[in-house]
Amino acid sequence: MKLLSTKATCNSHGQDSSYFLGWEEYEKNPYDNVHNPKGIIQMGLAENQLSFDLLESWLAKNPDASGFKRDGKSIFRELALFQDYHGMPAFKQALVDFMAEIRGNKVTFDPNHIVLTAGSTSANETLMFCLAEKGEAFLLPTPYYPGFDRDLKWRTGVEIVPIHCTSSNNFQVTEQALQQAYQEAQKRNLKVKGVMVTNPSNPLGTTMSRSELNLLVDFIKENKDMHLISDEIYSGTVFSSPNFISVMEILKDRNDFNNSKDADNIFERVHVVYSLSKDLGLPGFRVGAIYSENDTVVAAATKMSSFGLISSQTQYLLSAMLGDKKFTKNYLAENLKRLKKRQNKLVSGLQKAGISCLESNAGLFCWVDMRHLLHSNTFEAEMELWKKIVYQVGLNISPGSSCHCTEPGWFRVCFANMSEETLKLAMKRLKAFVVESTGNVNGVTTKSTKRNLLTKWVFRLSSRDQRDQQEER
Amino acid sequence: MGLEIEQEHPCVELSNIATSETHGENSPYFAGWKAYDENPYHEITNPSGVIQMGLAENQVSFDLLEKYLEEHSEASTWGKGGSSFRDNALFQDYHGLKSFRKAMASFMEKIRGNKAKFDYERIVLTAGATAANELLTFILANPGDALLVPTPYYPGFDRDLRWRTGVNIIPIHCDSSNNFQITLEALETAYKNAESMNMKVKAVLITNPSNPLGISIQRSVLEDILNFVTRKNIHLVSDEIYSGSVFSSHEFISIAEILESRQYKDAERCHIVYSLSKDLGLPGFRVGTIYSYNDKVVTTARRMSSFTLISSQTQHLLASMLSDESFTDNYIKVNRERLRKRYEMIIEGLKSAGIECLKGNAGLFCWMNMSPMLESNTREGELKLWNEILNEVKLNISPGCSCHCSEPGWFRVCFANMSEETLELALKRIRDFMNNKDRKDIGI
Repeated sequence: MKLLSTKATCNSHGQDSSYFLGWEEYEKNPYDNVHNPKGIIQMGLAENQLSFDLLESWLAKNPDASGFKRDGKSIFRELALFQDYHGMPAFKQALVDFMAEIRGNKVTFDPNHIVLTAGSTSANETLMFCLAEKGEAFLLPTPYYPGFDRDLKWRTGVEIVPIHCTSSNNFQVTEQALQQAYQEAQKRNLKVKGVMVTNPSNPLGTTMSRSELNLLVDFIKENKDMHLISDEIYSGTVFSSPNFISVMEILKDRNDFNNSKDADNIFERVHVVYSLSKDLGLPGFRVGAIYSENDTVVAAATKMSSFGLISSQTQYLLSAMLGDKKFTKNYLAENLKRLKKRQNKLVSGLQKAGISCLESNAGLFCWVDMRHLLHSNTFEAEMELWKKIVYQVGLNISPGSSCHCTEPGWFRVCFANMSEETLKLAMKRLKAFVVESTGNVNGVTTKSTKRNLLTKWVFRLSSRDQRDQQEER
Repeated sequence: MGLEIEQEHPCVELSNIATSETHGENSPYFAGWKAYDENPYHEITNPSGVIQMGLAENQVSFDLLEKYLEEHSEASTWGKGGSSFRDNALFQDYHGLKSFRKAMASFMEKIRGNKAKFDYERIVLTAGATAANELLTFILANPGDALLVPTPYYPGFDRDLRWRTGVNIIPIHCDSSNNFQITLEALETAYKNAESMNMKVKAVLITNPSNPLGISIQRSVLEDILNFVTRKNIHLVSDEIYSGSVFSSHEFISIAEILESRQYKDAERCHIVYSLSKDLGLPGFRVGTIYSYNDKVVTTARRMSSFTLISSQTQHLLASMLSDESFTDNYIKVNRERLRKRYEMIIEGLKSAGIECLKGNAGLFCWMNMSPMLESNTREGELKLWNEILNEVKLNISPGCSCHCSEPGWFRVCFANMSEETLELALKRIRDFMNNKDRKDIGI
């Protein structure tokens, strides 16, 4: 018998979760405004497709960057051979400048403390390898990005213990929730190595408040063997107030205020993750980074980055693009404008369907409240509703349970990965569904409507032929 | 696992992996690299600097690549208008660009003179062979298990196969008595060795053509190895990263050919690793692949490749280049010819200096025998000589001990990562060094 490792045969890759299943269904029947107008609209993918024209026009004006040329001279050979895991100096400099610019230059980053990785997927896993042993744990506020179950746990053997957040206070992290999570870890005999947050949050689309961030820094100040990781992958998508506050800014403020040496070496226990997949819309280029003031972490992570280096071709292109400050200034501002407009369209579209969402100021998605559409306050009901929305309404959205949300009925709905027309259509479909399923938009359901719907989606689930599904709608 | 380094702030704990030495970077392989970095040879600005002969890079065929790019700008741009850039920038599917996988499969077939077929659906893409080897190890073995690897082997394996995976390497000792070929006896000994240490052996990992030997494995040996892994019910990983660097096309036999001749019986235990870092000279672009005959491995490897995807920009470039048959046919032929010429040049040069090498037929390096020069036939003797060569002759070459060779006195010398002139100079320095040694010996 040919045995494989337990890693290969276990389920920790997480791909049996609904997050990925919805994706699969979309792949089988994808919406296309010409070829498949009744197909499933992808609203489960947090991509930023709003600003490609800005990138394309820059590329057209700067052919050297993609042509392996510097000042008209070919540097192909140099790039082809460049595999230094310390990363391309020009690219690291351009990247830290960009990160500082996103933060309004309230904090700056030292390029010698940046580790480049093939995407933040790789960055997050690498940090786990560096900071924790197999069987140890990190605390994460829920709801969180479903991919973390794979990225943080699969090959590392590290555990995630949730910090439960609820709608009672807009899902903010509280002292109580943090302590409860810590106790839970103790009960499970798990050594806690730290806390990891995504700020701005995925899936909430909100920025963390100053008090939340201070709470977290206080927590690791108290627990001197803990780290704080802040995944700031969405930092360039904060389109309205309150402004984005990076954990680095908090540290800087506290340090200035204290005016004393960093006796608790807090700076060595806080690490930031970044990527160009969301802000710049370049997930295919695999550009991620770890920023840490801890020299040992930087040294170890740098060596580990050998397993996931960024293509030098891509480092070069982006060093030129991000090194063009005129471009970055304009891009950041324009991108935010467009994200804001688009988010507004989603929010108002949902409102017209009698659906509200968490007030958000960032991200590529909204955290939508569909609790009133559940027939019971359970995750079974949430799954039922989700299946209806995928198969009947034809929208792939992400159910809160896949994000480990403790309250049923919340869904993450993306708004930046489609055209305005497609978003309009999605909202139209959703409104029609709500009206049909509730009789009106005020949450009243009739018996016969319920039966019809039940029959419809049961039929759909058993039908293998895509064509049938299209006809039905 | 590994040593623990003392920390500045004892309360700031990092993982054992982060603080261990299993990354292997304290070996002489890397130390020589440092010496070069501090005093690198340059024809004009530093003619007495250290010549780098420890880096297995292929710099002999860049002109062919550059010509291709000049004539096919669409490979490095995204065409006019349309959604081409957008689609490429968004493409993060871990299956990889289909056009690229197809091009890669076809390229791998061409390299093997079309003696084996490759199904593009079995290709998994990773950011370099470094990632591919680690990934396969995660999939085939658990922490504490063992992989059997023939010595001498590529120093990077100590990190790539062991560091984060927690898997052990047990050497299959090979020596000069039979030109370092892998024998059944050596395989059995290694296997028993692992067992005696209570380690479960999960796979044999071979590099074919071999690094650092620069020689391709004979058909009969491959058959023996395949029979061995079948008997023991374990996996076989064949790292064929140098397959396109065989000087004479008909001499390389891939495990793929052996499997085909056996109608793929028991092929499920075989996995091939490949990369464009050596054959195409593109280590910076991070292009590696796993080709597995095992469906479960393909699926799992694909999911794991999320941690190490190839930039879609680079996939696009190479899909274009490698699907251009007139380019690839010509490239493979010319590259092979140039490497052969370089090889002959260095062998002749070393011979005239009184140094013998293992008769090689592939790779970017030769396996040089300096055992007659050792003061003592020990590792210490070898390192002493190595130091002399590094600091006096100013050549960074790789000592056999860094490759875990069980016989002292052998060195790996790279020949494809410099100009012909530089190679001439390096050979001259060696000749002078050897002449001086002779004179010293006879008391002049």
